[in-house]
Amino acid sequence: MNGKQRLVVIGNGMAGARLVEDVVARSGGDLFDIVIFGDEPYGNYNRILLSSVLSGTHDPKDIFINPLGWYEENNVKLHAGVRVTGIDRENRLVHGANGIDENYDYLVIATGSSPFVPPLEGLKKDDGEGFTDGVFVFRTLDDCDLITRFAEGGKRAAVIGGGLLGLEAARGLLNLGAQVHVVHLMSHLMEVQLDADAGATLKRSMEAMGVQVHLNKATTAILGNDRVRGLQFKDGSQLECEMVVISAGIRPNVALAREAGLLVERGIVVGDDLKCVNDSDIFAVGECAQHRGQVYGLVAPLWEQTAVLAERLTGHNPNAAYQGSKVSTKLKVMGIELAVMGSKEPEGTDEVVSYVETGRGIYKKLIVRDGQLAGAILLGDGTNDPLVWQAFDRGTQLPENRAALLFSLAEESGPIETASMPDSAQVCNCNGVSKGQILAAVNAGHRSLKAVCDATRAGTGCGSCKPQVQRILELACDGALVEDASVHYYVSGVALRKPELIQAIREQNLRSVSAVFNALAGGKEDPSSKVGLASLLSTIWGKDYEDERDARFINDRVHANIQKDRTFSVVPRIYGGVTSPDELRRIAHVAEKYDVKMVKITGGQRIDLLGIQKEDLPNVWRDLGMPSGHAYTKAFRTCKTCVGTDFCRYGVGDSTGLGVKIEKRFQGIESPHKMKLAAAGCPRNCSEATTKDLGAVAIEGGAWEIYIGGAAGSQVRKGDLLATVGAHDEVLKYMGRFIQYYRENAKYLERTYGFVERLGIEKLRLILVDDSEGICGRLDADIQAAVEAYVDPWQEAHEPMHPSQFVNLLTIPAEAAPGLHQIEKTFGD
Amino acid sequence: MQTTSADYDETCAAPVVINLGPVERIPLGEGREFAVKGELVAVFRVRAGRLHATQAKCPHREGPLADGIIGGDRVICPLHAFKFELDTGQPIGNECESLKTYQISLSEDGEILLSL
Repeated sequence: MNGKQRLVVIGNGMAGARLVEDVVARSGGDLFDIVIFGDEPYGNYNRILLSSVLSGTHDPKDIFINPLGWYEENNVKLHAGVRVTGIDRENRLVHGANGIDENYDYLVIATGSSPFVPPLEGLKKDDGEGFTDGVFVFRTLDDCDLITRFAEGGKRAAVIGGGLLGLEAARGLLNLGAQVHVVHLMSHLMEVQLDADAGATLKRSMEAMGVQVHLNKATTAILGNDRVRGLQFKDGSQLECEMVVISAGIRPNVALAREAGLLVERGIVVGDDLKCVNDSDIFAVGECAQHRGQVYGLVAPLWEQTAVLAERLTGHNPNAAYQGSKVSTKLKVMGIELAVMGSKEPEGTDEVVSYVETGRGIYKKLIVRDGQLAGAILLGDGTNDPLVWQAFDRGTQLPENRAALLFSLAEESGPIETASMPDSAQVCNCNGVSKGQILAAVNAGHRSLKAVCDATRAGTGCGSCKPQVQRILELACDGALVEDASVHYYVSGVALRKPELIQAIREQNLRSVSAVFNALAGGKEDPSSKVGLASLLSTIWGKDYEDERDARFINDRVHANIQKDRTFSVVPRIYGGVTSPDELRRIAHVAEKYDVKMVKITGGQRIDLLGIQKEDLPNVWRDLGMPSGHAYTKAFRTCKTCVGTDFCRYGVGDSTGLGVKIEKRFQGIESPHKMKLAAAGCPRNCSEATTKDLGAVAIEGGAWEIYIGGAAGSQVRKGDLLATVGAHDEVLKYMGRFIQYYRENAKYLERTYGFVERLGIEKLRLILVDDSEGICGRLDADIQAAVEAYVDPWQEAHEPMHPSQFVNLLTIPAEAAPGLHQIEKTFGD
Repeated sequence: MQTTSADYDETCAAPVVINLGPVERIPLGEGREFAVKGELVAVFRVRAGRLHATQAKCPHREGPLADGIIGGDRVICPLHAFKFELDTGQPIGNECESLKTYQISLSEDGEILLSL
């Protein structure tokens, strides 16, 4: 004896083998001698791909997950082709065929399910042994082989059952050159997953491929004596055919468990610990298990179960619990993309969003409950599946414009393109990460978006490739995606969402970043979270915020933008882009005096002085005599203007005057991300106000349109019209209101375009214009307080926060010089 | 002060320890650079009180680590957010070589003592 316990698994299919894999991956081989029984004489294979084997697109050897060698390498004893005949719970013994007995300390039953074969007349041969020639079921590699050999030569084939497996079989037979009929008892195809309209769309697509579909047909008999000749239906009609594949559903394999006295209903009844309810050393996973009344027939729940069980068995997390799975599935039915999740029909006051395109066989339906996705059917177009999937899994609030979930509004590369991309293709253009590197990270066990991004740096630059990284992740883990809880947190180092975090900060009166770490993160300081917390605390507390400078990014410690050579760029504020000869002279003087490497006009209508040393910053500011332009921080940046009514012959509103007022009012207001604004004097929009975070456009009749959520950077988006108002003061009022609401409600580093799209313009109009929540007065007061609390940070030129605020290199004290001597003195007690 | 010979190169008889002055020279939770015997060293003063010393430049693109954000004994380079462990110098989530680290301690008088 080696002191290890014995773990015996019955079933070497998708669930049993996966469990063993999960246990081995958690070093379970050090704890257990592992034995697995499989009644097929192979290693384990991916049953989902059987239809691809049938249709010839995959070779049988390509669908093996673990070949026989894998078991040997991992010291797992596999009894391949040995059927288990009984479980002796008293003696903790599993009996296999051929007299193979194995003792267990822990037993896992993963016997899966078998095809259900309805009692048809003429099903069996006259002697009662085996099916009539030409009758098959479709469940195993051997079935595949038999069907393939029989179908040769263009036979007429009938598939009984228009469910998922039946249609997969039909696709396989079609590719084998058979004339295929699908015979279905119900009034539409795949009624378990699809509603009637989706079923009808699918039927049309299948008929276009040459499959004949017969609905509402109850088969009563198989015609022919020793060989199939046709089918007899209850309504009196007949169908001629030479072969029949029965795919009328599956039944959990529970006979062993029932004979052993375990509690069995539809499946083997297990608790959240996956233990059988009346034997705490026996577990069940996969299609044979029944958890909270559910028996799952899809692969994703089964993987969740095996992971939980492996965590428990290996002691990695003895309290791991399986809470049930949200049923969602993504598959190809005869090459047609289909994703199904949650409810398929609305209940009560549910909202239904649907789109049908019969020509291309597209059917999409969303069921929305309390603003969240309760179910979806997406047939024929997989472009937006990842988005819908994510909304369903995470229970996020859907965008007000539901269409954004169904269609790619901005044309991006779809999942098909992602799938067919070569491994060498670059996905993250900021950090140069290829599809192959992302796949390697997923295969190495990084199965959430955050984990993949952390491991590869993909998506950590501008972030615009994240949807594509997500799609590659989904493709690569085939549904076994892990959601990282921290994606919901405001910052990764404090396990709270933004509203709860704000509440805790207010209730516990936490005024500094270190106080937040101490009170809400067990004292664990997370450098990646410091800047986000500082921004939030400053928004919450205003002038009462305890500013710890180490929580700031270097730019905000020295009020300038760090460049690749450690020099800084200095952008003084030029209100509304309107400057004067005197200011220009001072700028020119500074540029010469401090040996500025480049003087550059920025996109925000101001002047950038590049290549300034950190030590020179205070002197530069003093010599400029102009306030900070905040070009280095997450805050209000600038308001671009056109020349407006003063000179332009088209101008209908004073845009320069408005731009100056906007900048004077909102300068330096911190926010979750930068805000770039513009004011345009007429709808020609020369200052590009409709693609700014906030923009005002003058229209004839003395009015201004206010746009929010525009973008023209890594994303391009036209802003949404928030309101049309009369005077400059009104523009300032609504802009301030939106800015404050954005400050309070956006995630850290969420630009206004993401924020506006997430909440939807309709909702924002209700809140900010119609005052539906009664908070407008408070928002106006809070932004006013923030405006009043503003101090030009360049005043620190006169009063630095710390003697070494603008110092890179500290000198070594002179008396330390030979060093050693000094030390002996220090330690000389 | 006990040291084992294995800690040091055999040709170097004893570590050279240099007093960098009062710890308050570095703002709490930040880092600053020192030029010591021809080497540029970044010295960090973690909020919890510990000191760390590493090479000054990020191995990725020579970013000034002393200008980075520190916390939980890690530093984030200000240029491209590459992360490193301050005590071992090991990279976190990137494939750079480890940072060179130096022994550093605080004297009873609150002065920074760097061993080189």
